[in-house]
Amino acid sequence: MIIQETLTPEEIEEIDHEIALVPYRKAACIEALKIVQHHRGWISDESLQSIADHLEMSVEELDSVATFYNLVFRKPVGRNVILLCDSISCYVMGYEKIYAQIRDRLHISFGETTPDGRFTLLPNACLGTCDHAPALMINNELYRDLTEDRLDEILNGYH
Amino acid sequence: METPLTQHISSDRPPYNLRDYEKVGGYQALRKALTTMTPAEVTKLVQESDLKGRGGAGFNTGMKWSFVPMTDGTPIKYLIANADEMEPGTFKDRMLMEGNPHQFIEGMIISAYAIQANISYIFLRWAYKKAGRLLLHAMEEAYAAGYLGKNILGIGYNLEMHLHTGVGRYICGEETALLNALEGKRATPRTKPPFPQVSGLFGKPTIVNNVETFCNIPHIIQNGAQWFKDLSKGSDAGTKIYGISGRVKKPGLWELPMGVTMRELIEVHGGGMANGYEFRGALPGGASTDFLVKEHLDVKLDFKSVAAAGSRLGTGTMIILDDHTCPVGFVHNLEHFFAQESCGWCTPCREGLPWTEKTLLSIERGEGRPEDLDLLDMHTKYLGPGNTFCALAPGAMEPLQSALKYFREDFEMHITQKKCPWR
Amino acid sequence: MPLAVIIMAIIYIDKKPFEAKAGKNLLETCLTLGFNLPYFCWHPAMGSVGACRQCAVRLYKDENDTTGRLVMSCMEGIRDNMYVSLDDPVARDFRSQNMEWLMTNHPHDCAVCDEGGSCHLQDMTVMTGHSYRRFRYPKRTYKNQYLGPFINHEMNRCIQCYRCVRFYKDYAGGKDLDVFAAHDHVYFGREKDGILENEFSGNLAEVCPTGVFTDKTLKQHYTRKWDMTMAPSICQHCSLGCNIIAGERYGELRQITSRYNSEVNGYFICDRGRFGYEFVNDVTRIQQPLIRNGNTGQSLFENLKTVLSAGKMIGIGSPRATLEANFALRQLVGKQNFYQGIPEHEACLIQTVLETSNGGHVHTPSLSETEQADVVLILGEDPTNSAPRLALALRQAVRKKPLDNASQANIPAWHDAALRELIQDEKGELFVAYPIETKLDELAAGTFRAAPDDIARLGFAIADCLSDAAPIPLRMDDHVLETARNIAAVLQKAERPLIVSGTSLHNVDVIKAAFNIALALQTDQRKAALCFTLPECNSVGLGMMHAPSLDTAMEDVDADTIVILENDLYRRGAKQAIDGFLAKFKNIIVLDHLHHATTGKATILLPVATFAEGEGTLVNNEGRAQRFFQVFMPKNENIRESWRWLDEFHQFCQGKMPDELNELDHLLEELVTVMPQFKGVETVAPPSGFRINGQRIPREPHRFSGRTSMQANVAVSEPKPPEDTDSPLSYTMEGYRGIPPAPLIPFYWSPGWNSGQSLHKYQIEVGGPLHGGDPGKRLFHEDLVSKAGFQDNIPCAFKPHNGETVFVPVSHIFGSDELSVYSPSVTSRTPKPYVMIGRQDAARLQVTEGDLLNVRIGGVAMDLPVKGSDALPEGLAGIPFNLPSMPGLSWPCKGTLTLLKP
Ligand SMILES: Cc1cc2nc3c(=O)[nH]c(=O)nc-3n(C[C@H](O)[C@H](O)[C@H](O)COP(=O)(O)O)c2cc1C
Ligand code: SF4
Ligand code: FES
Repeated sequence: MIIQETLTPEEIEEIDHEIALVPYRKAACIEALKIVQHHRGWISDESLQSIADHLEMSVEELDSVATFYNLVFRKPVGRNVILLCDSISCYVMGYEKIYAQIRDRLHISFGETTPDGRFTLLPNACLGTCDHAPALMINNELYRDLTEDRLDEILNGYH
Repeated sequence: METPLTQHISSDRPPYNLRDYEKVGGYQALRKALTTMTPAEVTKLVQESDLKGRGGAGFNTGMKWSFVPMTDGTPIKYLIANADEMEPGTFKDRMLMEGNPHQFIEGMIISAYAIQANISYIFLRWAYKKAGRLLLHAMEEAYAAGYLGKNILGIGYNLEMHLHTGVGRYICGEETALLNALEGKRATPRTKPPFPQVSGLFGKPTIVNNVETFCNIPHIIQNGAQWFKDLSKGSDAGTKIYGISGRVKKPGLWELPMGVTMRELIEVHGGGMANGYEFRGALPGGASTDFLVKEHLDVKLDFKSVAAAGSRLGTGTMIILDDHTCPVGFVHNLEHFFAQESCGWCTPCREGLPWTEKTLLSIERGEGRPEDLDLLDMHTKYLGPGNTFCALAPGAMEPLQSALKYFREDFEMHITQKKCPWR
Repeated sequence: MPLAVIIMAIIYIDKKPFEAKAGKNLLETCLTLGFNLPYFCWHPAMGSVGACRQCAVRLYKDENDTTGRLVMSCMEGIRDNMYVSLDDPVARDFRSQNMEWLMTNHPHDCAVCDEGGSCHLQDMTVMTGHSYRRFRYPKRTYKNQYLGPFINHEMNRCIQCYRCVRFYKDYAGGKDLDVFAAHDHVYFGREKDGILENEFSGNLAEVCPTGVFTDKTLKQHYTRKWDMTMAPSICQHCSLGCNIIAGERYGELRQITSRYNSEVNGYFICDRGRFGYEFVNDVTRIQQPLIRNGNTGQSLFENLKTVLSAGKMIGIGSPRATLEANFALRQLVGKQNFYQGIPEHEACLIQTVLETSNGGHVHTPSLSETEQADVVLILGEDPTNSAPRLALALRQAVRKKPLDNASQANIPAWHDAALRELIQDEKGELFVAYPIETKLDELAAGTFRAAPDDIARLGFAIADCLSDAAPIPLRMDDHVLETARNIAAVLQKAERPLIVSGTSLHNVDVIKAAFNIALALQTDQRKAALCFTLPECNSVGLGMMHAPSLDTAMEDVDADTIVILENDLYRRGAKQAIDGFLAKFKNIIVLDHLHHATTGKATILLPVATFAEGEGTLVNNEGRAQRFFQVFMPKNENIRESWRWLDEFHQFCQGKMPDELNELDHLLEELVTVMPQFKGVETVAPPSGFRINGQRIPREPHRFSGRTSMQANVAVSEPKPPEDTDSPLSYTMEGYRGIPPAPLIPFYWSPGWNSGQSLHKYQIEVGGPLHGGDPGKRLFHEDLVSKAGFQDNIPCAFKPHNGETVFVPVSHIFGSDELSVYSPSVTSRTPKPYVMIGRQDAARLQVTEGDLLNVRIGGVAMDLPVKGSDALPEGLAGIPFNLPSMPGLSWPCKGTLTLLKP
């Protein structure tokens, strides 16, 4: 994997836009993490350093924030990230079966990435669609009322 | 039956754009408030309407606003919509934002005017991608129409609105943790006092309200306090977005008069339990409320009555426990969530919740010991309000303590049989 | 300064009424009142955040309320008529439960943990009564990090009280330690392994309530607190005189911790002070007297007798030796033959400081007072490197002004988290004028980088803006004038303005300018504070003796014998000059504890005690005389305090026999008689005969172990403990166990409080003065002694000369102090020699970072790698001050830079 070391002009422009909205630079750090993750998929140590430099904060201070949140990825993820809801309504409605099926199909458990880098599977707290449980999200797409027969078709849509 | 909040929401079509929203009377309340009422009058009206916060705690909204210092000395103030909605089992704000974003934005503008805030934020849960797109579009329209931005309706009032999407953590929904998240910090909660109304976002006076709370504002302005009170069947004013998830025939959301009974909600609106499933209990308002059981089916779902029954109305979105689901597994799932989402700041929550979770898991796996129940009781006793830094851990104890009360024999069965009877 | 009105309240604790101060929190009040209430996250200097939930008590609405509710005492302000219960069973139970939670993942490795026996977590565990842990699942474990030579990291012991980040980041401004992750995985450390950069990292070992952050240097020769022999001492490594506790075992100094003094260092010390102690244990310590070219058939004393009684003798004093030693030398050689062992230029700097500070014209603030300033101007100093603890104080001062707003928002001063949330990035005003970047710049409202003379000119200009009577610098640049006006305007409005300056730039005009500003700020209501930092731990004490400089001695002295007291003259000037000087003498008597170039020239070399092996008095930068006490007996009887040797010679020259010899108390009496400017030093600590109930103060904790066996390899019978004739402290574990007078506190201990947190038992109130008053005695005049006008002789503006470079000394916290660099840990943090040049000069010389430049200063030539600076003005070059590996230079100096062709 090629690790990009410095921020691209595009990233800088987007980050600077966020900086302009807040009273001091550092306050834009979560936005900056999101922007870089959007472009690169995850936040490598090098990305972290470049963002910290741009925001005039230490890597420690930035990583302290980055590691607090669930969805800042500090490790590389696959091309597609499956977020399977494991919260209560999905539990009641049987997410465990869906999980078993994913494991069976993709041979990955929570926190793992397929060797071909196609999928990363992560557990996720309530997706806020409890009346249509069980649910999962792949990248930005939400799938609800999941059944075992629909799952394969859904997964096949991602490469 | 009036359904002011959802009257213009339909799942069959996209939400109203600005023009259509205006056609059905949208932004009239804003016009009324800004051109005919002083900020203090708006606050007073909302206070009189007895609108209670729909984010879970049920505090009088107008009263909350009235603590914001209104002297000239504090020029920067913020208004924030809490659209984090991460409480498991809760999905009402999504519907309000996806169904009618302008109603929500109009409510925010009026509220910001009431406290004379010039900057507002929507703190949106990251997973609500669609709501995010719709809100951005609606905000653009509102800016273009002069409802946002400089000199709104020509009265010299300015308001900026920003959309901030979170990066995932239940605690961001706690209003003071939310402030830290917006400041680009770790979302650990802050102590109160000082209240955000005095020292909030970036140290400035700030109001945080729930999405549903804001959606009520235009209607109160248009129709008055008494009308709002009269909407209700129970002891709290207005309508409420109720919801059900779990094994009922028709899970979903309904706007109903405040104070509808649990029975009506489940049997009439939810269509009753799904075939082959029996009702054992329900969390009436999200994951951090106490179980209500069969004997409570006639309890009115308003803040007061639910509290009298030993639980909380919370978010009003109910999660049903059926007879095919293991209560221990159910509670374990919840405590797993809470333990994961503890921010790690205070001892009882950071250490107590994982212990609770491990204990429940071991009981669920048939490895529990009789004294484990004492440990669980101890946690419910000591992770109460005031003992922890914020309300997360006390909330986490609510389903557990009531499960230990109502389903104790299920716990004991796991321990004596050394297995989960449901597996 | 507005007078703070202290409002007293009556509060009821478990139904008994107590007087308490409004504005404090309930936890500190309970501790002040003598209750034992457990806590972790609260710290007296850092306030409350309410994270650990350990300090729970029951609070009732009123007298009749029987239910009440649990509250965290650290988060409750004192109100009149408050009803609380500490003893309430639910509160007790909750505290003990909270402890069990904290202990669920704790490794219980006390036996192998460095904190054992001085562990706040142990103490609190016992206090709450928690004993049996019911958690039966695998414990969470972490990886530890390498954090550099000072601090050891053992994360599994962490109880997540957040004190480390709160100290390191929020209090000390550190950048490279933080908290990561969330829930029960929170981790405290760096982003990656690496050296903790902050100059106050050592305090982590004291701030951390358990064994996560511990003193790595102690680990090399580990001893439990209860097995250490300890004494109150004074840091030797800069002019601030921070109070320290020094601990010994087996004849080795093993640990330095901070000793509380509410007027000086409070709770904290810097890393130079904490880790710079190893020179005491250095293998090259001088152990035996050495006689070169002497009469080998004679004893030391016979030799000395010959030398001392024949011919003329001069004495060279030392700013790192005690008042007693310098005085004893002066007595020995006679007033007219006593010289300060510092170059003329430095002596002149110090005299200027003394004239301005000691004249009563301006107010010399204590270190803790500097924390209270609302506007600070640093004129030509870099406190982080020259007087580190002062930099920490200034960091707090910068927070003070926004705090005034906070009190308007009704947020009490102890409510740390709420204050930070309210204040955000707002700062009080700090201005820094220094030739290069300094660490405090990040807090500054303005920085001014210029040549030392121009910094002085800026200062004169500021004074001129403030007062018509102050002299006007001529031909000022418009932008400098503008800067001066801005700074003057802010200073003018300040209630508690503070000017910080000092000797590090070796520029006397900077000092004069600083004085002018302070004088110009003076009004009837406001006495501006003027704080100077000086080169060494007793620079002020030596300066107050008003002796001629080393240069004077070098110029016009003709004598047979020279006595050099704890001073390496080769650090004070060019080698050639010192060689020439020493060559004049037949006899060179040198007293010191370590070998150096000067001891190499000695004809008679006498081993002397370090601060750890003797008693003595030092005068710090604010004129505060402070006593340090012997921590342990020297290795052999030949190693004695310098003052003892010198006083003996003196007596001996006068024909007295050793058994009639003087004691320290008598020497001090004599000192104040001969030099009344020192009146008061004799009362700095109780005299040697002082006893409480007939008892001495033990240097050893009552659990001190191995006394009967620790020397079993030598002899099996228990040796008689050494006797201390110079102080009321004893070398035993027996003696008075109560709270001794503040100057005599050898360590902190109280029943149930084995860790340093027991300190609050020694304070009148938490965070306040020690019982009986803080130690030390200020010698400077606060009242006007003589009428002084403004200083003039404003220097000309600096102009870069083609071909000639003006060198500025760059101070380094690790490296510029003579003794601390003997500690391997400090050495490893010492920079390599370099020459620092600004952008323009780098361009002119066509060099980049790391290129070698030949530096010529007078007769000294060095090839040094280039270090670039964005700040350094053209025509100047920086040279690290006093690095051990660099030749001595006589400051200030000029010279040339030439590029070495590769
Ligand atoms: C752990 C925790 C999570 C919360 N999450 C939310 C949330 O997602 N949305 C929300 O509106 N309120 C949430 N709240 C409640 C808020 O703290 C706050 O009371 C509410 O936003 C105030 O709005 P209201 O007065 O309009 O109800 C949460 C509280 C806690 C303790
Ligand atoms: S109860 Fe404590 S640890 Fe839990 S989320 Fe709140 S502050 Fe954080
Ligand atoms: S000391 Fe009070 S909560 Fe930590």
